[in-house]
Amino acid sequence: MSRRPYLRKIKRSWWLGHRRYAVYMVRELTSLFAGLYCALLVVGLWRLVQGRVAWEGFLAALSSPLGVAFQLVCLAFASYHSVTWFALTPKAMPLAVRGEPVPPKMIVGLHYGAWVVVSLIVLIAAGV
Amino acid sequence: MSEEVTLEILRYRPEVDREPRFQTYTIPYQEDWVVLDGLNHIKDYVDPTLSYRWSCHMAICGSCGVMINGEPKLACHAFLRDYRHDVIRIEPLDHFPIERDLVTVMDGFMEKLSSVKPYLIAKQAKDLSDGENLQTPLQLMAFKQYTLCINCLLCYAACPQCGLNEDFVGPAALALAHRYNLDSRDSGAEERADVVASNEGIWECTFVGACSEVCPKHVDPAAAIQQTKISASLDWFKARLLPGAHR
Repeated sequence: MSRRPYLRKIKRSWWLGHRRYAVYMVRELTSLFAGLYCALLVVGLWRLVQGRVAWEGFLAALSSPLGVAFQLVCLAFASYHSVTWFALTPKAMPLAVRGEPVPPKMIVGLHYGAWVVVSLIVLIAAGV
Repeated sequence: MSEEVTLEILRYRPEVDREPRFQTYTIPYQEDWVVLDGLNHIKDYVDPTLSYRWSCHMAICGSCGVMINGEPKLACHAFLRDYRHDVIRIEPLDHFPIERDLVTVMDGFMEKLSSVKPYLIAKQAKDLSDGENLQTPLQLMAFKQYTLCINCLLCYAACPQCGLNEDFVGPAALALAHRYNLDSRDSGAEERADVVASNEGIWECTFVGACSEVCPKHVDPAAAIQQTKISASLDWFKARLLPGAHR
């Protein structure tokens, strides 16, 4: 009797069947918005180089309803990405101090702490 | 009338079936039965042609992994009572070719496993008369969790990357590579790096995390892979930036 192994190919909709895969795909999607926001910053630099009028036009576009909505969407996705990443950090970076493992909650807490500090530095540098 | 439970089992008999198809069995319900008991009942009393792997019936041997209602599980570790009012759908593990019924072809995994050299590689062979390799509890703790893998392959069935790229070395093999890399008696990290730190190794992993969620022994392969990514990245930079380093 000859062997005839049968391989069931993974479906394109594999990520729709289970919550864990859907959540993962949403997390992957956040990178698109992070990329778009980076592109926005590059456009900002480009407009700045072009002179005062161009720069002020860019700022006006940012504070238009569409500009604000875009930034809020990016902020939401970036926050989701950060929160889910911080939740994963104890797995990727387990720490031990004098042979004792640091509790996962503390590793996550340190990341939130660093987030707050960096945000404050950015806000102060921006003169807010 | 005593209570019954319905199992829908994916059958594939290569000599007669062009492709797999579901077959339904109704068996008596027992409060203390696991899905494997149900399969054994079918094999013994209903349909002796049903094929599946099993051995220990206590989540040690890692043979009886199947998909139960879409979730990779050990058939000996899933109680019928947890699916009380559902039809229980049992399929062979996802992402593996089906040999027959619930039996999958594991050859690909075996090759991947041996490719990461999952054994102690000592810098210098030690003579027996030199005594044992001593290890402190702390050194043991560094890798003990990763020794608990029973090669049941639930993690491969849970991992979408394993389904999308059959060359991906995969969670269990990479976790075992990490286990030996962390072992104070081992010096084989560099020998393993060619496979472990390749595109088909750790870098194919996108940290879905499903492998760790389904692992019946709480090995946490996802953590092992992310930690390996960090150490492989550090090695990469060290090899290129430190004076005197060459690669």
